[in-house]
Amino acid sequence: MGKSIREAYGESLCEFGKINEKIVVFDADLANATQTIKFKQMFSDRFYDLGIAENNLFGTAAAFAREGFIPFASTFAIFGAGRAYEIIRNSIAYTNLNVKIALTHAGLSVGEDGGSHQSIEDIALMRVLPNMTVLVPCDPLETKKIIEAAIKIDGPVYIRLARPECPNLVDVNKKFEVGRGDILREGKDICIIACGLMVKEALEAHTLLSNENINAAVVNMHTIKPIDRELLLNINKNYRLIVTCEEHSVIGGLGSAVAEVIAEEPHAKLKMIGIKDKFGHSGKPNELFKEYGITSTDIVKVIKENI
Amino acid sequence: MDFEKKGKELRESILRMIHNAKSGHTGGSLSCVEILMALYYDVLNINPKNPEWEDRDRFIMSKGHSCPALYAVLADLGYFDKSELMNLRKIDGKLQGHPDFHKTKGVDMNTGSLGQGASIAFGMALAAKHKKKNYKVYALLGDGECQEGIVWEASMAASQFKLDNLVYILDNNGLQIDGQVDDIISLGNITKKFEAFGFEVFEVDGHNVNEIINALRKETNGKPKFIRCETLKGKGVDFMENNYKWHGKAPNDEELEKALKCIGV
Repeated sequence: MGKSIREAYGESLCEFGKINEKIVVFDADLANATQTIKFKQMFSDRFYDLGIAENNLFGTAAAFAREGFIPFASTFAIFGAGRAYEIIRNSIAYTNLNVKIALTHAGLSVGEDGGSHQSIEDIALMRVLPNMTVLVPCDPLETKKIIEAAIKIDGPVYIRLARPECPNLVDVNKKFEVGRGDILREGKDICIIACGLMVKEALEAHTLLSNENINAAVVNMHTIKPIDRELLLNINKNYRLIVTCEEHSVIGGLGSAVAEVIAEEPHAKLKMIGIKDKFGHSGKPNELFKEYGITSTDIVKVIKENI
Repeated sequence: MDFEKKGKELRESILRMIHNAKSGHTGGSLSCVEILMALYYDVLNINPKNPEWEDRDRFIMSKGHSCPALYAVLADLGYFDKSELMNLRKIDGKLQGHPDFHKTKGVDMNTGSLGQGASIAFGMALAAKHKKKNYKVYALLGDGECQEGIVWEASMAASQFKLDNLVYILDNNGLQIDGQVDDIISLGNITKKFEAFGFEVFEVDGHNVNEIINALRKETNGKPKFIRCETLKGKGVDFMENNYKWHGKAPNDEELEKALKCIGV
């Protein structure tokens, strides 16, 4: 298998840090886990470890943005989007400051650490904030593209990064555009819209379905906010069934973002695959994906039940 | 400067703008007038004609609800026209209920959610070191505000990074919105607490401008600075003094007249 999305994050910081001196990186005692350590090793004078104090992590990042820097602040999604929520809300989103909130270990795929560490609410929490852009890379290649794009946005960006290793799925030569969903497979009648690690599950479901002569399109919706409204309206017009997939709660995540667009359209039909309003627990990521019903097999099942 | 005269003018502005707005935080605005005079009319290296001048000293009104006092000072210094004070808290006005740097010239950071200003000031002081700039960062904290955990996260970090360009000033008026700080969650010996967190500490009469200036000018041997200012909530208006009920209340017409008489206007 390839590298992990968080590793690609650390490498991207180094790559873009070389060409942009305004990039300063902050962590809260998780530099090894979030992979900001790579940046620390290369640019020790532009890296600050603020200890196990996430509120001060985001306050400090806000201050550096106010002083003209491009701060990247990293910790686990649960401690950033969760614990420091109101600091992010008032000192970063409300102020529209140029902070990149790059949080790793998002979703059920944290695995063995269990429910306390699996953030399944972060997309909802970040998406509701005015001024916030929300990006979710699906593989190491796209992570690099997303970091590059986030640096170009003058405002707060939430980047949701997963922990496990995963293969590259996107086309390296394809232009990445914030707010434009990426159609990975064309299809008929059924459209699967996924983000993050679930893009891989969606592609597998596509293959499984093709074996049964069911032709499902697959869209990588890497930008949750601003959501690609135009694409969604087209999908809604041209497909009989839409299935959203995320390793996040079905409340407030990608599924909700899609539902908000198409719910007002005539003849909408949507099924949401995600975590059904419950917490996670310890286990291997693939075991958890199975238990929570978010594997490629589950996608196939939902589609066949609703076709 | 005649601080007594200036203090009266600022208190009159505060009372009139809150009265006009019909809402706002009177008590805590009146308790920090002398602290703001020491900063804005003496210590701070600022230029009202160039509010975003990169080398300016920064001031963070961490107890953001007391912004009427800050607005009175900023208007007096010419950051914006004094007539704007009558638009406090009004729709389309530049002066928000809590400070907003996008809307108000001279404001260095949005505050209002207590404790966050301590972290912002820490971050700005760290950014000054990062940029190898000599400006200082001052934050005004309320005593009730020190119940927020983020104040202590930032304080621990300030001493770790040896931020001798960071100054926390405490408006120690003893009251918070629900009553006396000591009756709710006491700060204990707050000076000793900051000293234990690695700050050079000072205690002054928070209504004596020269005493505050002296403390602000003292060296700190490479440490961040903490100045505990003993103050009276509602200072200058006898029926508001030391009365927590005036934390978040605006004077009505009659109370305004009485209050202005008290401060000698």
